[in-house]
Amino acid sequence: MTRHLQYLGLAALALSAVAVSPAQSAWEPTKPVEFIVPAGTGGGADQMARTIQGIVTKHNLMKQSMVVINKAGGAGGEGFLDVKNSKGDPHKIIITLSNLFTTPMATGIPFSYKDLTPVAMLALDEFILWVNADKPYKSAKEYVDAAKAAGGTFKMAGTGSKQEDQIITEAMQKATGAKFIYIPERGGGAVAVQLVGGHVDSTVNNPIEAVAHWKGGKVRPLCVFDSKKLDYKDKIAGDMSWNDVPTCKSAGLDIEYLMLRGVFMTPGATPEQVNYYVDLFKKVRETEEWKKLMSEGAFNTTFMTGADYLKWVGTEEKRHEDLMKAAGFMAK
Amino acid sequence: MEEIGNLFHGFATVIQPFNIMVMLVGILLGVIIGVLPGLGGANGVAILLPLTFSMSPTSAIIMLSCIYWGALFGGAITSILFNIPGEPWSVATTFDGYPMAQKGKAGEALTAAFTSSFVGAFFAVVVITLVAPLVAKFALQFGPAEKFAVYFLAFCSFIGMSKEPPFKTLAAMMIGFALGAVGLDQVTGQLRLTFGFETMLTGFDFLIAVIGLFGIGEILLTMEEGLSFKGRAAVINSKVVWETWKELPRYWVTSIRSCIIGCWMGITPAGATPASFMSYGIAKRISKNGANFGKGEIEGVIAPETAAHAAGTSALLPMLALGVPGSPTAAVLLGGLLIWGLQPGPMLFVEQKEFVWGLIASMYLGNVVGLVVVLTCVPLFAAILRIPFSIIAPIILVLCAIGAYSVHNSTFDVVLMLVFGVVGYVMKKCNYPMAPMVLAIVLGDKAEESFRQSLLASQGSLKIFFANGLVGTIMALGLIALFWSVISKGVSRLRSAPAGRSA
Repeated sequence: MTRHLQYLGLAALALSAVAVSPAQSAWEPTKPVEFIVPAGTGGGADQMARTIQGIVTKHNLMKQSMVVINKAGGAGGEGFLDVKNSKGDPHKIIITLSNLFTTPMATGIPFSYKDLTPVAMLALDEFILWVNADKPYKSAKEYVDAAKAAGGTFKMAGTGSKQEDQIITEAMQKATGAKFIYIPERGGGAVAVQLVGGHVDSTVNNPIEAVAHWKGGKVRPLCVFDSKKLDYKDKIAGDMSWNDVPTCKSAGLDIEYLMLRGVFMTPGATPEQVNYYVDLFKKVRETEEWKKLMSEGAFNTTFMTGADYLKWVGTEEKRHEDLMKAAGFMAK
Repeated sequence: MEEIGNLFHGFATVIQPFNIMVMLVGILLGVIIGVLPGLGGANGVAILLPLTFSMSPTSAIIMLSCIYWGALFGGAITSILFNIPGEPWSVATTFDGYPMAQKGKAGEALTAAFTSSFVGAFFAVVVITLVAPLVAKFALQFGPAEKFAVYFLAFCSFIGMSKEPPFKTLAAMMIGFALGAVGLDQVTGQLRLTFGFETMLTGFDFLIAVIGLFGIGEILLTMEEGLSFKGRAAVINSKVVWETWKELPRYWVTSIRSCIIGCWMGITPAGATPASFMSYGIAKRISKNGANFGKGEIEGVIAPETAAHAAGTSALLPMLALGVPGSPTAAVLLGGLLIWGLQPGPMLFVEQKEFVWGLIASMYLGNVVGLVVVLTCVPLFAAILRIPFSIIAPIILVLCAIGAYSVHNSTFDVVLMLVFGVVGYVMKKCNYPMAPMVLAIVLGDKAEESFRQSLLASQGSLKIFFANGLVGTIMALGLIALFWSVISKGVSRLRSAPAGRSA
């Protein structure tokens, strides 16, 4: 017995030694981490992933390097399938946009968020209704009235087909009775340029995609698709700040849409591995560079992990399913 | 002339010992990246991006843009020596560059290619310096219809100028369109032609097709013809650069025409690939030596290289002014800008003058430094062809396989590359031209997308393609190019009729 007790005592000592230096036992990447972007270069998700890569490298947050890889094929299906099929490889993480939900629904590609291991929600991206600054519309109501009067000839450009931008356009048509011609482009940057060039009448770009043109006085924000105004009060264009953009609801356009900028990893990841990345992203969120990106792009900075995150994603999938069904976008 | 003042200010920033060193390192890394097929400029810049975070934004962008220059120069090397274009815009360079190398004129071809790249890029930088503020406005005029018109012009000038039997050209092109259509349909968001295979989601990547068709196909042909490189007889002479230079001024018309085509295509969002094909097609038709194109004509190297680099360089301007990257490499550079807290867009030129003009000044210097570096290495590169085929062929095969794999990190692509190799071999044997097929794979889906976007906007009316002066002019040019051979026959008949020799 005493001998056993002695052993127990030793074991306890050993345990406490481990507890004192947790870094030695916690999991850490042993080779470069691939950060998959299921979208093209230059878009919102890509910008965020590349900024994170920069922050991680600059502040030495990880011993191994981080490599950003774009796998945009099949509306992001290429990237999601790659992560799904890399079961048990903890060196692969993926940033998501709404195509986490819309791509399998619209194309029938076999994957769902349930195939992946959730890590963390980094932020939520807002959507704003933009028009060309040379046009006379000063409010969402004026614009919608003009669109109605034009009888379905107004053009709305957006990223991709049967994805978030088209879902919002569809919701706008339902809510107002106005009709728009939706023109799909490959990325948010191209969408904004089409608006600046006057080839379309409006867009629902994310703030980060259009902020440069707003600063340059080329486009005008009419309303934000959120329940409350944006928090950022720094002056951006003239004496306007993000905070001065009214909500669409206040303009009679009762639509809310926020897009997930979250991170998932491969199936079969252990809790230690998930925790490692959660900690990593917590550190990233503390840096100045991250805060700058957040305010520049007027992001909603909600951070979630674990069960909360999973629950949020579950609700959101259900909502997208309803939206996609209502719009007739589901794959047959 | 505020621009000139700004530019000299930029030069002052760039000519610091540290920045010059950064420039040299960048060019060398770039050439290495450019030589490895598949690795390409974009990947190279992406991998090396973190290296630059400790530098000031100006030094960092100098390094990255020099890697870009180096990769552009490097891409020509494999195109000419091994018939393996590393980037879409090097494809047209292989048409005459590789036959030249086979004739033992690798040194001449390389010198011509490097020099033309330099001329094209330099011309574009001058254009950028002089008209920077205007360019952004011009690029904004390009909606879907205008974009389609540019692709249309590229296709037409290539078909109309081709001397192959029209039906074989058409057949090859249609196969290219079919291959280009596989994957996601951008306009409806539906998958097509994937037959339920997950690996087909991404469609056929251009690079894999090209590495197979040209690289592997060529190795198969060489094996059949007796296991030796035709280029072995290459005269390796350090004077080759000077001797080629003496010849080059003769082709000044081609150079200037290619510069203009390139700049124009680069500023419009069409980019370097259509520019190189269009320039080659037009040169083939207009040049006195047109009939020899494809058999190793130096002019056939000058035309596409000049245009591609003029386009690639001028494409950086819309990226800075509008935030829309014209190429994958430009997209990675864009990512770099964001990390340094620089938001590309119309305000960049106002808020970050020092940075922008530093970049433009580094384009001038980077280009000169790059040319000197690659030209001194010409004899070295040409000497590669002296290595026995039995040693070099396996190395090329391995490089091709690595290149194909690294596009999507997928082994399926390596198999696909081999299949394309066999297809390339069969097409060569049956005398089907491969260029139209490649052109259709590269530009087919983009052209289709802008065509359908235009029709969506016009609600099905084809009038949109003649709706304003800009798009109408480009379309009309395209139609003229398409029927050029008919038109020129008609013209020559009219001319000869008074002489009483009408048929």
